[in-house]
Amino acid sequence: MPGWIADYPLLAALLALVGLGAPFGALLGFAAVRFRTEGNPIADQINAILPQTQCGQCGFPGCRPYAEAIAGGEAINKCPPGGEATIQALADLLDVEAPPLDEEHGEEKAKAVAFIREDECIGCTKCIQACPVDAILGAAKQMHTVIASECTGCDLCVEPCPVDCIDMIPQEENLQTWHWQLPAQRSRNLDIIATDAPSAERAA
Amino acid sequence: MRRVYGFHGGIHPAENKHQSLGSRIRVAGIPRQLILPLSQHIGAPARPVVAVGDRVLKGQMIAEPGGRVSVPLHAPTSGHVSAIEERPIPHPSGFPAPCIVIDSDGQDEWAPLRGVANYRDCEATELLELIRNAGIAGMGGAGFPTAIKLAGKPGQSIKTLIINGTECEPYITADDILMRERADDIVAGIAILQHILQPQEILLGVEDNKPEAIAALQAAAAGSAIEVVRFPTKYPSGGEKQLIEILTGQQVPSGGLPGDLGIVCQNVGTAVAVRDAICHGRPLISRITTVTGDAVDSPQNFEVLLGTPMQYLLDLAGLHPERCERLVMGGPMMGFTVTTPQAPVVKTTNCILAPTTEELPPPPPAQPCIRCGLCAEACPASLLPQQLFWFAQGKEFEKLEQHNLFDCIECGACSWVCPSHIPLVQYYRASKAEILQQRREHAKSEQARLRFEARQARLAQEEEEREAKRAARKAAAEKRAALAEQGGEEDPIQAAIERARAKKAAQQAGDGTAVTPVKASPEAALRQKLAKSEQRLAQSIASGEDAKIVSALEATVQRLKDKLAEAEAAATETGAD
Repeated sequence: MPGWIADYPLLAALLALVGLGAPFGALLGFAAVRFRTEGNPIADQINAILPQTQCGQCGFPGCRPYAEAIAGGEAINKCPPGGEATIQALADLLDVEAPPLDEEHGEEKAKAVAFIREDECIGCTKCIQACPVDAILGAAKQMHTVIASECTGCDLCVEPCPVDCIDMIPQEENLQTWHWQLPAQRSRNLDIIATDAPSAERAA
Repeated sequence: MRRVYGFHGGIHPAENKHQSLGSRIRVAGIPRQLILPLSQHIGAPARPVVAVGDRVLKGQMIAEPGGRVSVPLHAPTSGHVSAIEERPIPHPSGFPAPCIVIDSDGQDEWAPLRGVANYRDCEATELLELIRNAGIAGMGGAGFPTAIKLAGKPGQSIKTLIINGTECEPYITADDILMRERADDIVAGIAILQHILQPQEILLGVEDNKPEAIAALQAAAAGSAIEVVRFPTKYPSGGEKQLIEILTGQQVPSGGLPGDLGIVCQNVGTAVAVRDAICHGRPLISRITTVTGDAVDSPQNFEVLLGTPMQYLLDLAGLHPERCERLVMGGPMMGFTVTTPQAPVVKTTNCILAPTTEELPPPPPAQPCIRCGLCAEACPASLLPQQLFWFAQGKEFEKLEQHNLFDCIECGACSWVCPSHIPLVQYYRASKAEILQQRREHAKSEQARLRFEARQARLAQEEEEREAKRAARKAAAEKRAALAEQGGEEDPIQAAIERARAKKAAQQAGDGTAVTPVKASPEAALRQKLAKSEQRLAQSIASGEDAKIVSALEATVQRLKDKLAEAEAAATETGAD
């Protein structure tokens, strides 16, 4: 046997490669079928980063569709409620540069909660149909109200209201939401030597 | 003599304790108005049970616990509830919070109190309930509800009870003076805690810079199971985890609680509050507070009613407002600036510090980190402060958690040693808060996602049902048309018209004559019945009626079909005859 390998080195090499390639190819083929991933894992990961406001400002009907679009190559800077933090997280996940927020789709605003002025509500159920998270409670010709804890502040209920009785109330900082902030940037950009600081600063 | 262990790091800042130790505890008296924040503890805020205008007696409960981890609130003196509204409270944010305001009537009339004659006859759960009802929250500074801490996790047995008399933070002497003057009360309180927890050993840890306190405690504890342990002064020995390591040599695991090691830690002030609650039925309505700093004439310790405005105490101590640059609650290391002297003394106010600018100068501007590593040497939690600092600057929250940011006790030792004066603790506090907020927001967005998906599913299902209805209607129409097309079969509509005509004709035929029913062939009658039932079936499928009804209708249709086939067969037979 070693005899003919020496006699036909080319043939032997060919055989050896085919002999290795065939079983490994079969193995890979089997693995591809046996261990197929269900769904789109990257879209799931993207969806977990998106703020789930379901506002549609990105141009897609909800966060999940936008996540799938991003997985398919859509730009990552179309989510105003998520803002810079979401863009940064998406950029980290997808290993791309973080672009600034696309202003076409709106700007980053403070979180707000919808509030229905209840004595003006005519009970038309239009806002109920518009709410993407079923956070509005009511029935036809009955006054509607917003479940504040479930409201994502997506603004979608404001537009359909025929009597304009829905306000978006920005959430103000209170004792529960307050927290320490990082020290002001200023304190780090001072002159290297403390004595170089302006005299007023030194006196303070 | 018990072996005393050490802990990593620590610093030796100027103690500045002698100023406020010159005199005995002074009773501050009753201010005109008391402001009682509903949340003076960790956990859910208390819920008011009095209304504006009510007269309350000293020690009467004015707010009930707002949850399991919560404590009630009691009136510190008799008077009238003048308001339940938002007032400034001692909090670093400076935000106001809901408070019950009591205008004192000066009579200081007690509500009837019921102490326990002999606590040794009581079950632990009974005593814990009394402690909870007395509104006791940790007096060392954190304010965690004491009853919850003592109850621990179910099935956990406590080996060691540690009483914290360390008071390592500069300036504060509230515990020191309490140990000096009320050592007997502390020992009595510890005996109750001992009865509740049944520990194998009781260690009372005191730093060696308080020799008078140690002497008083040793005299009071003679003959009891309490072992007074003195150990070298170092900041922050009074941190719960640090004290445990000093006294037992054990480290509380990261993310764990002392209870996991069979250890419970309580402050000396808490022990006294427990004694008052159990032996006298007296709820927590006052505490010892140090008022000190160079801006007051006579720094000293006060026994002060909760809710007393800080201004009242500062006036008693002789404050020079022009010398006082800022007001600090707590000590210079871990305390925070109080925005207004109108803020009240709460259950966790161990010290009010009114320093002059020379005494506690504003920190010089921060300079870049030079990686000297002094902070890592000083950190009592064995963390890497400079790494945490870099990550906090870059907002790398994942890295921060990997580097155990949440084990940071915010003692300020790293900032104290930093030659670049970087406010490190502020970075850690901000980052911790940011991470917690992100977690909360993530939980909320997860909830929104679930609701959105549930709604999508519901809409899809509704659409599907509509589609099914449409399909069923279409199928029924097709069937009818097919039925009409089949030769010999009469169109159901045509048949109905015929029937109506026949009826009309019969009516017109005359009054007296009996209406002879149009005798249709049995097949035609059956066919009509069948068509009717089929129509009904299609309707009920389309309108999504109960499955039972649908199946019953199907059975009827089948039966009619069979009968029709039989009748047709019979007709052909008779025809053949």
